[in-house]
Amino acid sequence: MGDDQESESKIDDLTPEVGAATDVAPLGRAETKPAHELTAAEDSHPVDWSRVTQLPEFRAMVRAKLRFIIPAVIFFVVYYFALPVLVGYAPGLMSKRVIGVVNIAYLFALSQFFMAWIIAALYLRAAARFDKMEHKVIEKAESELRSQRDHKG
Amino acid sequence: MALAMFLFFVGITLLITYWAARRTSGASAFFAANRQIKGWQNGFAVAGDYMSAASFLGIAGIIAFQGYDGFMYSVGWLVAYLTVLLIVAEPLRNAGKYTMADVLAYRLSARPVRAMASLSTITVSIFYMIAQMVGAGALVALLLKNSGISYRTAVIGVGVLMIVYVVFGGMLATTWVQIIKAMLLMGGTILLSILVLAHFGFSFPNFFNAIGHVVYHENGVEVVKDFLQPGLRFKPPYGALDLISLGMALIFGTAGLPHILVRFYTVPDAKTARISVVWAMGLIGTFYILTTFLGFGAATIVGRDKIATSGGTNMSAPLLAQSLGGDFFFAFIAAIAFATILAVVAGLTISASTSFAHDFYTNVVHRGSERKPGEEVRVARVTAFVVGAVAMAIAILLGPNANVAFLVALAFAVAASANLPVIVLSLFWKRFTTRGAVCGLGTGLVASILLIIIGPSIMGVDAPGATTAAHLIQSRPIFPLENPGIVSIPLGFVGAVLGTLLGREPAAAAKYDELLVRASTGIGAEKASGH
Repeated sequence: MGDDQESESKIDDLTPEVGAATDVAPLGRAETKPAHELTAAEDSHPVDWSRVTQLPEFRAMVRAKLRFIIPAVIFFVVYYFALPVLVGYAPGLMSKRVIGVVNIAYLFALSQFFMAWIIAALYLRAAARFDKMEHKVIEKAESELRSQRDHKG
Repeated sequence: MALAMFLFFVGITLLITYWAARRTSGASAFFAANRQIKGWQNGFAVAGDYMSAASFLGIAGIIAFQGYDGFMYSVGWLVAYLTVLLIVAEPLRNAGKYTMADVLAYRLSARPVRAMASLSTITVSIFYMIAQMVGAGALVALLLKNSGISYRTAVIGVGVLMIVYVVFGGMLATTWVQIIKAMLLMGGTILLSILVLAHFGFSFPNFFNAIGHVVYHENGVEVVKDFLQPGLRFKPPYGALDLISLGMALIFGTAGLPHILVRFYTVPDAKTARISVVWAMGLIGTFYILTTFLGFGAATIVGRDKIATSGGTNMSAPLLAQSLGGDFFFAFIAAIAFATILAVVAGLTISASTSFAHDFYTNVVHRGSERKPGEEVRVARVTAFVVGAVAMAIAILLGPNANVAFLVALAFAVAASANLPVIVLSLFWKRFTTRGAVCGLGTGLVASILLIIIGPSIMGVDAPGATTAAHLIQSRPIFPLENPGIVSIPLGFVGAVLGTLLGREPAAAAKYDELLVRASTGIGAEKASGH
């Protein structure tokens, strides 16, 4: 049953599959293929990458990402290494008990877990914003590409 | 009973492998599970790959014996994921195909870079795997000592199973073995923690008071110690530096561990990769916070004296389970430990064989093209077989009493000193060159190995009358730290930067824009395939 349906749909739909075996065959043409006949592999550099990096949308996205990531990395590295440095060089301070036998060292270590989770949550939120900017970049890059091709054609 | 549970788990994983084998055809399926793993699933798989026996059994043991200092490991193991989340995961997913080297080779000369990256990947994987195998053999023999299974049989059993998972089931089977193992591990840990709390009448003050007054014998003298005080493991004069060095290896090494990095190729896109890291952080963080109950619970309820006489530090968690939940619970926790080892060695095997087949065989030897369709997968299968056999042989030669803990430290040090600098520089430095990458990888690799060899893990004078040799070289250590990261990570960066400054590579700089766009937008990234 399933096979029949499949072969039927293949007959109905004459659009060549991209990357299918027939598509790769040279088709007896020595010149460069027209754009619509390129396989995905041959068409792997459809974008003028340097031009994309110059797009204001792209630069805004990279700046936004760095504005989040650089401070976040600096913060967590400093916060994390404060723990071994203080434990190693100020054991007296770190051994000070706060609640019962629970001391600063243990509380500071425990706080690291929440620090990591909070930064991860903040990043998730910021990344949703980056995703939107990313969509804009891709749209812009694709429309530039289309106009380039139209221009050439 | 433990044996029955082991066999039950093995049965389930073999069923998964059978199911996965029927779905695995083609390279993308074998190496990257068709890139169809969901975010939460990959989160469990990353957590499963990461929480090795070293962390489940090892961390419980270190905390049970050395208190707070052991908990420092727990902290570093979670915070390290911020490096993965913020810097590595998404660009890697966007710009790569199967391995870490894909990103490095993106704009550099493929052959030298891939050859070095493959060498460092396989080095990390094999060191890590030998540590797991020796631990596995000793553990299984100990856990199943009533069933008459020897160390050698245990090592061979683990080795054969892992080869079966990888060779037949590829990445899909390996991933599901990880997911199930992570679920079991979380379940067991949560249950054990609840039992510990119940033992103290669900009173945190009672629990922490007990930690404040842990009683044990040292050289026949009874001592009472506050286990929340730092300094039981890391002692002057070099303790503080060692602690910082360990932190550096963990924070910068995790993002360079090949078996973690390959996980991000199994998901459909960078966004899913991000979500999976966050899932993994939730799981890993919860687990390591709970090591408070496992480790301190073992110290207070079972006691150092009893653990030392019934199998040593690694038995802390199973013994705790036994004293709280009887033989059934002991068998359950033992089976989880076994599942953990199996899953982690399978993950290591597939990352090593992927790197060999994809980076070395296809791209270095055959300059980037398969001579026959399916050759890359076939080579990977053979490699998995060889890697498994080599790890088994070395583990059997070393024997159950070998001191192998330093091998894990070494794996992290190599990952942090060789892999991470090169990944970061190739993503963020336009001027970076092939020579820089090769120098960075080489310097980091050699420096970590050399510093471990001349450090106290290998060099040292055994106490007179010791029955087993604790040090391979009997002389005073030249390098005083157990963890070389504090020296070798900067050396890796310096190597990479100096190598780059020695010459220019316009082709690499020209391709930077392309890498930047692709890594940060995912244009042209490898998509999910199959149905």
